[in-house]
Amino acid sequence: MSNIPAELRFAESHEWARLEADGTVTVGISDHAQEALGDVVFVELAEVGKVFAAGDTAGVVESVKAASDIYSPVGGEVIAVNEDLAGSPEELNNDPYAAWIFKLKPSDKAELDKLLDAAAYKAAIGE
Amino acid sequence: MGQRTPLYDLHLALGAKMVDFGGWDMPLHYGSQVEEHHEVRRDCGVFDVSHMTVIDVTGPQAKAWLQHLLANDVERLHSPGRALYSTMLNERGGIVDDMIVYRLEDGYRLVVNASTRDQDLAWMQAQLGSFDVQMTERSELAMLAIQGPHARHRIAELVTQSRANLIQMLKPFEGHVDGDWFIARTGYTGEDGLEIALPADQAPGFFNDLVGAGISPIGLGARDTLRVEAGMNLYGQDIHQDVSPLASNMAWSIAWEPATRRFIGRDALEAEKTAGVQHKLVGLVLEERGVLRAHQVVRIADVGEGEITSGSFSPTLSKSIALARVPMATADRAEVEIRGKWYPVRVVKPTFVRHGKTLI
Repeated sequence: MSNIPAELRFAESHEWARLEADGTVTVGISDHAQEALGDVVFVELAEVGKVFAAGDTAGVVESVKAASDIYSPVGGEVIAVNEDLAGSPEELNNDPYAAWIFKLKPSDKAELDKLLDAAAYKAAIGE
Repeated sequence: MGQRTPLYDLHLALGAKMVDFGGWDMPLHYGSQVEEHHEVRRDCGVFDVSHMTVIDVTGPQAKAWLQHLLANDVERLHSPGRALYSTMLNERGGIVDDMIVYRLEDGYRLVVNASTRDQDLAWMQAQLGSFDVQMTERSELAMLAIQGPHARHRIAELVTQSRANLIQMLKPFEGHVDGDWFIARTGYTGEDGLEIALPADQAPGFFNDLVGAGISPIGLGARDTLRVEAGMNLYGQDIHQDVSPLASNMAWSIAWEPATRRFIGRDALEAEKTAGVQHKLVGLVLEERGVLRAHQVVRIADVGEGEITSGSFSPTLSKSIALARVPMATADRAEVEIRGKWYPVRVVKPTFVRHGKTLI
């Protein structure tokens, strides 16, 4: 059983999204995703300023086992990336909900409502 | 559902993430593949390798047949207990499989890959001709590999006195029988260690003893990163039916003398040498962040292109390494394409780590 915080929204491609008080959206990968990937050894981050549509490829997480794309769960402009992950990518395994990957200024906050809530994500991953 | 080894239930109980490997349900890791890798390099760990195929070859012409079948020469095994590494080739000099051959009191034991069992047995059957030889698959045996600098010392404390004595005296690439166990000082990690074949019904108890003594179980994930660091080829990935040992950094395992020994594939190898071997298997080291993967394209300026056959992150070196087949003229620099971008790599001898020491 993986950890699925109730306050987060999830994409079917296993990213989590959190709407912050300032209207920005923080993005990471779920506990289920890090578990499936195994030991993460490298994260290719997006560039700040880049604009994504929901579902666009927004980076790559490489584990010992395989490379896996990260998709932007909502559309928007990248306003920050977690540079700490360059030096300690294993934080994605250790604490996937603290180790965020990038922050967006969403173009349409309503897109968050299209994401799965915790219960729906739990069902989607068969737990 | 795949085939299960006698340790399947124990793997689940230990929290293993199971994967299919050549038709077998095997543990990929028990939590962290990287931690398991480090454990083997600095202390020791135990691998379930019961999926591997054990074939005993006996009969009056066992030696003569293996001298015909294998590129290495079992004549080199001067006494029971000695072992050697060999390839088994097709008529084109391509590799049907690679294996370790142990000389027993009354014949030979071949340990071949799990994924190639069917093709190996079919090939070997087809080569029997009029040789007076018996092939016996020993699928009733389980096999554990205990690998790492402290492996022999740790195991000696957990077995009978006579087995402990045997473990102390074994030299590298030797294997002997003790009762219904076969204990060999061989492995696939680049570290010292043992491979023990034992009756399937004794395997869970022994595996439990090892884990109970604090020896970590190690999954196939770490088995792969350990062997890549050690520069050991994996059948189906680095070597296969369409490449020869000459193009696989394995020329050392071909016994050319005596010239009268016309083993299967010899003519093709001789022709390949005469024409000039076109490719070689090298090591690559990525100095930048990123991970080299199998099938990525390697570009060598003014020489041509090659391909990565195995690529991974090296836990020991904390950078990515790979095995790659490249044109013979490749020198010490190349580039690899990762997601559309070209990254410079260093070309090295494909032995990155041995006995815990970095060699590059």
